[in-house]
Amino acid sequence: MSYKGRDVYMVSGGVTKFAKASPDMDFRLRVKKAFDYALNDGNITIQEIDGSVASYFSDHFQRQLMAGIMVNDYLGLSPKPSKRIEGGGATGGLAFQTGFEEIASGRMDTCAVYGFETMSHVNTWKGNEFIALASDTNFDYPVGGFYTGYYAMMANRHMHEFGTTVEQLAKVSVKNHGNAIHNPYSQSPMKLTVQDVRNSPMVSTPLTRLDVCTMSDGAAVAILASGEKAFEIADREGTKPVKIASIGTGTDTMRLSDRPFGRVPLLSNEKESDYKDLKYPGIHSFRAGRTAAKEAYKGAGITDPLNELDLVELHDAYTSSEIQTYEDLGLCKYGEGGQFIDEGKSELHGKVPVNPSGGLLAAGHPVGATGIMQAVFMFWQLQHTVKKHFKDDTLQVKNAKRGLIHSHAGTGTYVAVSIMEAVQ
Amino acid sequence: MTLNPDAKMEETQKGAEVYNVDPLIVKSHYEIDYIHSYAQDSEFFRALGKKKLMGSKCTNKKCGYVYATPRGHCMICGSETEWYELPNHGKVHAFTTCFFGGEEFLSETPFNLAMIEFEGVNSLFMARLIGADAEDLYIGMPVKAKFRRNQKFSPTDVYFVPDVAKK
Repeated sequence: MSYKGRDVYMVSGGVTKFAKASPDMDFRLRVKKAFDYALNDGNITIQEIDGSVASYFSDHFQRQLMAGIMVNDYLGLSPKPSKRIEGGGATGGLAFQTGFEEIASGRMDTCAVYGFETMSHVNTWKGNEFIALASDTNFDYPVGGFYTGYYAMMANRHMHEFGTTVEQLAKVSVKNHGNAIHNPYSQSPMKLTVQDVRNSPMVSTPLTRLDVCTMSDGAAVAILASGEKAFEIADREGTKPVKIASIGTGTDTMRLSDRPFGRVPLLSNEKESDYKDLKYPGIHSFRAGRTAAKEAYKGAGITDPLNELDLVELHDAYTSSEIQTYEDLGLCKYGEGGQFIDEGKSELHGKVPVNPSGGLLAAGHPVGATGIMQAVFMFWQLQHTVKKHFKDDTLQVKNAKRGLIHSHAGTGTYVAVSIMEAVQ
Repeated sequence: MTLNPDAKMEETQKGAEVYNVDPLIVKSHYEIDYIHSYAQDSEFFRALGKKKLMGSKCTNKKCGYVYATPRGHCMICGSETEWYELPNHGKVHAFTTCFFGGEEFLSETPFNLAMIEFEGVNSLFMARLIGADAEDLYIGMPVKAKFRRNQKFSPTDVYFVPDVAKK
């Protein structure tokens, strides 16, 4: 695969405050708030938007089919072109990439990508049941129908293969909940210790309540544009657009049980001999994540991710999946994810801050909005406008020039990785 | 022609369950029965009633990939697979004990989930593991398949227990 298309930029973004329940607004109004924030912040008029992409995961949560067109209609974007994108937890990342494709192909000069999920209409356990319907309903769902259970087995295997510890998992929770204290959009800011995480109620061994993200209501909007349009918009506000340097997408089998035991698809800084005895991906690693990263790195010319990325926003639905993802993205070698957090490399002031926003664990996970939320937070980081949007610049990564966003579905079935770059 | 300006919608005694007034939040009920076909996976569910655990094997001699969880076509080469009886004895490849779950299974907690591996088989099988507490489980633990007498035509018609001599 090789990519030939127009350059694509992100020109503005907006996010609603994520909350466990916010019944004062429905999904249309929530998107409208984020959309108006983005239009206003970028000094963009609605007439300038050529079309849109709707991002939401579940029709069950709201019992409203075609919710996408209801948002499009409410925003006043009809009769312009629009489509809905769905791919489980990666819905937001996939929709963002679809917006990229609309611009890159030359079809649109500006595209609004909006994501939302309203998970508060059902109780948490019914919500878990709905999410579990995103596992094979012949063989997986009826056995125990619980995503935390699936991830717990993967974490268990990662610990067995590589010696990862529950304390290392807990450190991810401490980091992400702590970062969220400075993110006013976040749902669960908390100052925690490793002991707090281990002492919280066990959900599915070894994952406790604080190793797992929560259900959220929320919306996020990213406005993308072609080069010419992006610089025209940026000139009005004296700001800078952010380039979307490349996209990458990977997939894997729906059933965890079908994952093969083969060889690692190597990144350019890895050697066959690094993984002589490793059977890959098994259930300890995400082949889709590695595949997505490989494509995105190729497109952006990245050969040494740890030294060529300034920050990462990744899909930490579970603390264990953040550690697994460090490895898939090649921030460290397979097996070194636990050590990576021990050494503080992913901390806010570490080598490559991971989830400075608080991630899914603490900022929240309104599924269809999540991947777009990552894009908006990354946009503000690369624009160096975190202080303006958060009214606090604690989380601003100094000298942030290039970042990676990572959106992930199922037990690692779809993964979307996009590279974003500040404009010099 | 029956143009009737006095037409009235029938009043009933049915009301709404209201949780909150501002914003107005009401209960909305939804329930459905599906006519679910197991289609090409049917044999797996039927065989459980004969105490047989069926996997599938790729029919392409050059491939021959062996699946513990059956699938009609091979993910490696795309060829059709054939049914294949799995051994009843395997080992725990990964495990967890769920203390919470989706609503449908919440009343069954705590329960153990395990990925089972079989000698000479290329893929795994997800199942409930009973007869062991959370602290008894380990990777590599020998287990054996047992079958429900009254079939529910669910993958839980087969479950695994520790493969140890009876006390």
